[in-house]
Amino acid sequence: MSRELFKFKGGVHPPEHKSESNTRPIAVAPIPNFLVIPVRQHIGNPAKPLVHVGQSVLKGQMIAAADGYISAAVHAPTSGVISDINLQAVPHVSGLPDLCITLVTDGLEQWIDHGPIDYLALPPAALRMQLRDMGLAGLGGAVFPSAVKLDPGAAHTCPTLIINGGECEPWITCDEMLMRERADDILQGVAVMRHLLDSTEVLVGIEDNKPEALAAMQAAAAKLDFKVEIVAVPAIYPGGGAKQLIQTLTGQEVPSGKLSTDIGIQVFNVGTAYALARAVHHGEPLISRLVTVTGHVLRPQNFEVLIGTPMHTLITHAGDRHGTTGVLMGGPMMGMPMPDLKVPVVKATNCILVKSRELFPALPKALPCIRCTRCADVCPAELQPQELFRFAKAGDFGRAQEYHLFDCIECGCCSYVCPSHIPLVDFYRYAKSEIWANEKEKRAADLARERHEFRQFRLEREKKEKAEKLAAKTQAKRAELTTAPAGGAVASEADAKKALIAAALARAQAKKVEATPKNTDSLSAETQREIEEIEVRRAKIRELAHQPLETEEKPK
Amino acid sequence: MLTAILVMVSIAVVIGLALGWSAIKLKVEGNPLAEKIDAILPQTQCGQCGFPGCKPYANAIAKGEADINQCPPGGEDGVKKLAELLGVEAKPLDETHGTPKPKSVAFIDEQICIGCTLCIQACPVDAIAGAAKQMHTIIAAECTGCELCLPPCPVDCITMEPIVEDLPHWKWKHPVINLKRVA
Repeated sequence: MSRELFKFKGGVHPPEHKSESNTRPIAVAPIPNFLVIPVRQHIGNPAKPLVHVGQSVLKGQMIAAADGYISAAVHAPTSGVISDINLQAVPHVSGLPDLCITLVTDGLEQWIDHGPIDYLALPPAALRMQLRDMGLAGLGGAVFPSAVKLDPGAAHTCPTLIINGGECEPWITCDEMLMRERADDILQGVAVMRHLLDSTEVLVGIEDNKPEALAAMQAAAAKLDFKVEIVAVPAIYPGGGAKQLIQTLTGQEVPSGKLSTDIGIQVFNVGTAYALARAVHHGEPLISRLVTVTGHVLRPQNFEVLIGTPMHTLITHAGDRHGTTGVLMGGPMMGMPMPDLKVPVVKATNCILVKSRELFPALPKALPCIRCTRCADVCPAELQPQELFRFAKAGDFGRAQEYHLFDCIECGCCSYVCPSHIPLVDFYRYAKSEIWANEKEKRAADLARERHEFRQFRLEREKKEKAEKLAAKTQAKRAELTTAPAGGAVASEADAKKALIAAALARAQAKKVEATPKNTDSLSAETQREIEEIEVRRAKIRELAHQPLETEEKPK
Repeated sequence: MLTAILVMVSIAVVIGLALGWSAIKLKVEGNPLAEKIDAILPQTQCGQCGFPGCKPYANAIAKGEADINQCPPGGEDGVKKLAELLGVEAKPLDETHGTPKPKSVAFIDEQICIGCTLCIQACPVDAIAGAAKQMHTIIAAECTGCELCLPPCPVDCITMEPIVEDLPHWKWKHPVINLKRVA
């Protein structure tokens, strides 16, 4: 392994805390009584539910279909009955509920019909659609639909494929354990990726603090019929970030605002490669994943967990302890505090980190920024965090964007070294979401303007069309009248008008004749007599009514 | 002396021709200031400012015929932005034109709707789908919350539903950091 490695700027060395959970083998978590499966587990459109309440489903059956290109399907992680489809708590820092499908498990684990896919025989586009329908999404944390990432696009090739086994975040060991125990499967998934992306170079980057994983992957790579380079990279946080790993392995930087594919590199997590191998070689959709349960628990360990398993059942399984102060999904640097322990494990859950006062003492209160620029020294994206903080705090989002806020990978190095203990990343997240919301509002306003302007245009057009129609009609009538009766005489404008009026009068007359009641025609003699009698009475009454009032007073 | 005059006159002629040519060729259609103002306005087309839509209000501001504080949906933020653009002092919203409300979307109770099409004719952004004697419904994604459909409805079946925060609309809040007291 004589590959030349490069260094990225910055980075920190937080305590690793890997040995807590990587000394035990991967265990299969028990099937809980019910699973809560969110339909929005990936980036892009949420999946559309396909099942109804009361329906029995088999393990691996699609219960929500991918909606659009950037989306992924959701499957039943085990067999059972759908008991509910409604809003429930999901692992999101806001604590807001989202649409979830609740599955009451039957413990039978009855699989739906499934089998391997002959991926070499399928056209790439069809294979990608199949992977989308198997729910594959990046398991490194971003959960971007893998089918989209496996599309090399217009270039038809992506020369370099990098498999990310960095796992630089403290406490988390799920990727390491996966590499140690299931290296062959991972590399089978890599073969599929290599086929789809038509890559010539395959690199696997593993931090050098995982010698067992490196050895296992090297042994597995030696068995392959294509070359996979297993590279030990120096352990430094955030060396496992996609952009940082690319820089370490190739020396290339992903330009600001561009994707790694623009420079011919695609990066996948080892967990995604493993899930891909399960999907292609066994026909199993993404229904489970490895989760590190660590921190303040009795037996920290990695579990193979069904998607939808409530987090508290996993914590109980690993041995919950007194003095828990909270739970993070992910590691201590980038993890999100969970609002509730009922939330389920989703495709993005790589770690459940249980906090206690001893392991994670409360941060001292923040002090004002002293502009020491220690954050700038450690920022791996080479930004100026102290300036970004200043702009974000003041709500000057335009300036923050000028300082490349969107190149921030939210790794947390700046907050980690800040001597004033300012939660810097929170400010960047705030600024980013404000900018996104403003852009969304702007798009909505533009749409409203466009629709309003089109409506004005349409109303104007309709008015004009109506006027034109009317004008054409009168013109035609006039022409008809001036030419038809004109027995040689030159019909003047006045004559035409007169003729028009006469014609209109004639029409009105004809209509009046038509409109007279027809119920007096062809009556029988009897009815005729009755009518006549009534007429006589009517005449009498009319006569009476016309008599002067004096005649009425006479009898007095 | 004569040369100097000739030089000055020829310079004047050349510049005059250049200006005249550019006045014709580089003429800007419409009022660019009004367009900039229109870009700031929220495009609800609600008419609360007293003008029939955002564009006429923007034109009026550009001509100096209307004040910048007549747009309740734009809120204080909108007034600030307009003040910044026009280089004038920001002022509080004029309450005679209404007060800002939380962003809402109209909702038609389809049980009550009689299909009269009056709301369709009132909607400034064509966000209501329906036909005569057929049920009407709001295209929520296109509704600006202008409330113009409320008065014409003869059976009062339209209500304004405030937009509730859900996951896709959730925003990170401004972090609250408790500063340590040093003094």
